[in-house]
Amino acid sequence: MKTTDTSPPAGAQEPAPAAEAPPLAKTADPRPAKETKGGVLSVFSHGVLVIWAILVVMPLLWAVMTSFKDDKSIFTEPWSLPDTLHFENWSRAWTQAHMSDYFLNTILVVAGSLVGTLLLGSMAAYVLARFEFPGNRFIYYLFIGGMSFPVILALVPLFYVLNNLGLLNTIHGLILVYIAYSLPFTVFFLTSFFRTLPTSVAEAAIIDGASHTRTFFQVMLPMARPGLISVGIFNFLGQWNQYLLPTVLNTDPEKKVLSQGLVQLAVSQGYKGDWSGLFAGLVMAMLPVLGAYIIFQRQVVAGLTAGALK
Amino acid sequence: MQHGKYRFIVGFLVAPLALYALFVVWPFIQSIYYSFTDWTGLSPDFAMVGFDNYTRMLDDSTFWSSLRHSLLFALLLPVVVLGLALFFAFMLNVGGRRRKGAAISGVRGSGFYKIVYFFPQVLSIAIVALLFQFAYNPNSGAINSALDAFGLGSVKPEWLGDPDLALWCVMAVLVWSTTGFFVVLFSAGMASIPKDFYEAALLDGANRFTTFFRITLPLLWDTVQSGWVYMGILALGAESFAVVQIMTVGPGGPADSTNVLTLLVYQKAFRDGQAAYATTIGVALLVVTLAFAAVVMRLGRRERLEF
Repeated sequence: MKTTDTSPPAGAQEPAPAAEAPPLAKTADPRPAKETKGGVLSVFSHGVLVIWAILVVMPLLWAVMTSFKDDKSIFTEPWSLPDTLHFENWSRAWTQAHMSDYFLNTILVVAGSLVGTLLLGSMAAYVLARFEFPGNRFIYYLFIGGMSFPVILALVPLFYVLNNLGLLNTIHGLILVYIAYSLPFTVFFLTSFFRTLPTSVAEAAIIDGASHTRTFFQVMLPMARPGLISVGIFNFLGQWNQYLLPTVLNTDPEKKVLSQGLVQLAVSQGYKGDWSGLFAGLVMAMLPVLGAYIIFQRQVVAGLTAGALK
Repeated sequence: MQHGKYRFIVGFLVAPLALYALFVVWPFIQSIYYSFTDWTGLSPDFAMVGFDNYTRMLDDSTFWSSLRHSLLFALLLPVVVLGLALFFAFMLNVGGRRRKGAAISGVRGSGFYKIVYFFPQVLSIAIVALLFQFAYNPNSGAINSALDAFGLGSVKPEWLGDPDLALWCVMAVLVWSTTGFFVVLFSAGMASIPKDFYEAALLDGANRFTTFFRITLPLLWDTVQSGWVYMGILALGAESFAVVQIMTVGPGGPADSTNVLTLLVYQKAFRDGQAAYATTIGVALLVVTLAFAAVVMRLGRRERLEF
């Protein structure tokens, strides 16, 4: 749908890459490309690639722009630049619309569940990767089976399990659930990672008299750091952006995390009419992850694609 | 030594396994059991009713329309997303001009494109859905006012308000948000294919389209296949729930034109107080998901190429 809408300007965009690309490509190819072989294909591919890049960036830029406008111009002229930068939208969203609470809740939940996921996941994965015992394969497949099951099926009874345990609508309950649902991928990934590590170092530690536990924490975990970073980034983004689990299991308005808080905000702003505040909230939630991604780009991409390439 | 080893194994496994069993495995088993009861979720009392929920489900037109939409998501989205991603990734890696000393090369600035394309992947699907909900707004949304600006003011559709269009609008958002990830994934796979394969093919007179279908795709097949399963599971599960629940009116509307199985489970359990019936639909979703994964694995089975 969107591709056809934007194809008219496609012709106009095609010269753009030539103007835009050189500063970016300077390091990659210092020679101006004189050869025309494959030139048509190059123009074509650049055209298509630029269109998709515009399609990706436009909605995000539009959101940033809108967050600085007043309510009236959001509706009358959605594409115009803001007349002045309405920073008050941002402060209103931060205080009155509870964005600060949502941020705090999200940070608490993600911090707790990320540490828990990495600790419990690496413990289980290490044992499953390195020790022979009856039931090893069964437990391994029990864990990784969780990756392909539709989570929503379990959520109906889980709601009542948590209710009975008094964990519904609590931060620590949500942390435990996040950990449990992050374990399948974490165990899958770290098991194969521990298998690639050399055995000799751990054996040497055992011979020197270290216990298995000590060997794990002081020898194996430091060796597994690259794997822990990859799976940590994967889980961080998954848990930070999580929507389904908190929507079902965390309905207390006081405890809402960022993604569901924003949806809640969208619903209530529908009645209050503070759209600029809502856009400020949206952009506020987008910028930290986008910023972190741009800074740690290499690690983030490695972390998110590592699992699929295994 | 042996004794210490088993104590260590148990000590390390007990916490993760207990948590996983209590919060993941046990609810799964319970929900299959509940699908044979008349449990409402509101009161602790319930009775076994056999296959009543299942016969009711087969007569439920909302179930069938949701199933149809979910299947459409699972079949169409991976094809579109993986197709686009393969195309972009191939352009990024092979689409550039021929330069001296290299038979094939990526386009200029391919690193820049990869960074930009990946943006949606780091954003919450909830934020993406909210953003597009505004963009689709028929009166003041970004898309319709852009149409106005191009002089197409007469064809302003209702987008999410139009039962014939709403599902496609939702799908477009999922395409937008997932394609970049696969571009980067396939790009990494393509970069690991030895350059001399391409050189040999080009020397033999193959054009780029032939090299794509004869070299790139076969060597990348394992990645494509696991991407296909992954994308299908996403499209059946959490991602479709978020976009439909946030973006559509109702949610699931207009006139049930966008409802999907995940959302239907949620509505039956937490809005309508029909927990047992919700788990029945959930079991149907489980069957669809497993069947999808099995079919893709089976159809996609090829001789593994080592290189």
